Amino acid sequence: MPCAFAQSTVDEIAKYRAALQDGNPAELWEARGEALWKQKRGPKQVSFEQCDLGLGAGVVKGAYARLPRYFADADRVMDLETRLVWCMVKLQGYSEADALKNPFGSGNEKKSDMEALVAYVTSESRGAKMNVALSHPKEEQMYRLGEKMFYFRGGPHDFACATCHGEDGKRIRLQDLPNLTGTEGAQKAYTTWPAYRVSQGELRSFQWRLYDCFRQQRFPELIFASDASVALTMFLARNANGVAFDAPAIKR
Amino acid sequence: MADPMKIRANLVGDSTEVKVLMNHEMETGQRKDAQGKTIPAWFIQSVSATCNDKTVLSAQWGPAVSKNPFLSFKFKGGAKGDKVVITWVDSRGDKRTDEATIA
Amino acid sequence: MNGRESLVSLALLSITLGCATAPSSEEIAANAAAMLKSSFKANGQASLDRLKQDETQALCSQLAGKPPSKEVAARIEKINRDAIKYPADGKLLGDWKNGEKIAQEGRGKQFSDDPAGPVGANCYACHQLAPQELSFGTIGPSLYQFGKLRGYGADTQRYAYGKIYNSEAYAACSNMPRFGHSGILNEQQLKDVTALLMDPQSPVNK
Repeated sequence: MPCAFAQSTVDEIAKYRAALQDGNPAELWEARGEALWKQKRGPKQVSFEQCDLGLGAGVVKGAYARLPRYFADADRVMDLETRLVWCMVKLQGYSEADALKNPFGSGNEKKSDMEALVAYVTSESRGAKMNVALSHPKEEQMYRLGEKMFYFRGGPHDFACATCHGEDGKRIRLQDLPNLTGTEGAQKAYTTWPAYRVSQGELRSFQWRLYDCFRQQRFPELIFASDASVALTMFLARNANGVAFDAPAIKR
Repeated sequence: MADPMKIRANLVGDSTEVKVLMNHEMETGQRKDAQGKTIPAWFIQSVSATCNDKTVLSAQWGPAVSKNPFLSFKFKGGAKGDKVVITWVDSRGDKRTDEATIA
Repeated sequence: MNGRESLVSLALLSITLGCATAPSSEEIAANAAAMLKSSFKANGQASLDRLKQDETQALCSQLAGKPPSKEVAARIEKINRDAIKYPADGKLLGDWKNGEKIAQEGRGKQFSDDPAGPVGANCYACHQLAPQELSFGTIGPSLYQFGKLRGYGADTQRYAYGKIYNSEAYAACSNMPRFGHSGILNEQQLKDVTALLMDPQSPVNK
């Protein structure tokens, strides 16, 4: 009985998501993000069109599907948000503190520019095949650090990412859990973030997803654009290689 | 301040299909904040759509409509190149007007 | 240098580079520790102390998803079994009605939770319990008819209490939190949850 119940739940949620695809409020964030990308801003009044996301200055199309990656100018592996912060500091002249401000928005009175930029940049990778390389030693290291973080059990509840995301066919309450240790689970999960999260009324990024997982794992707060967040993103993005990116999506 | 609406208008056969995504908090007035204070109601109360200055849709909305609402409707007539103009007015008296060309 | 020579020296160069830069597992472990320190900050009741692993957490983390060997499992189970504290009054069953509330309560210990607010065990996140509750998870086995299937005797009560107090006393590297050991539930709450499983009147056993 529980098996049949679980399968019909999966089907119904899939139907719900398909019905909500048209008119995804994420498009509002994408439009705002595109405007921010093209705008001259910061003390140096430079636009993001000078920012290199890995495929050349200002090249947005397909860039997200290749992130995280090593950037020689920074001599580190960066995910999208880390790279945007880098461009805000180096190109636009913001202080790092200012660039890291307000990563997660809350209503129309407290919008996050970062989330809008993420919505725009990721939308330009929709349909692109996930293609995260491990060609530089630091990329390789980041992947292995992400894997280590994935299995790190801590906090009063002894939770690791693997506690919920380490097996096939499990769910928490009625929310199905992708197995992120395997290719299929990582592909389905990673390619649908960022997403308009209906329950939040906000466009939420992968950085937010990691932050919110750790909150529920009873860990202290994951710092926005920190090394651990990039390492985990590297681990999951690489595991998702081979399928088309399909975000911004819409979720409950 | 609300973001611009995203409007798509397409001629399908002899009717025009319009899809509008609006940016609005649509606060019901029932929710309470972390301190227990009621968050005041703030929602779109009227929506109107015109094509070539002729009203093709008029709606009165209430707090049951969701945040960042999506409106989809069809009307007979309209030709490629015609302008569809959508206006909303909310409970605070704020309004927004955006337009699109029928493709 | 002719083409062939430069190709050979290039190959030698990349081999040397490859050996020099491939990180060892000791390097990875050291870098992971540093990464943890720099990537989290204290918030509310969640201090950085929560990232300090005890021996059980450290051993289980190193397995990276694989089951522990017989020896390691035995060691972990002994450490955790020796740490179980049973109630001084010898009574292991509390009020199942309160146990059900604790099982339903998903809050507690998060940095977003009020430290003075309710702390639950969130059992339904992972388990089926009372049949009336359809919204249950499957990370753990169904506990429906827990007492009815095993009998209501003193030994089973002791096992149930011990399991809730410290699940790894019985299953090394179990996914289940160690509710008593880690101070998530107090003694009365542990008794109440034990009653939810072991009281013949509990809906779990109907």
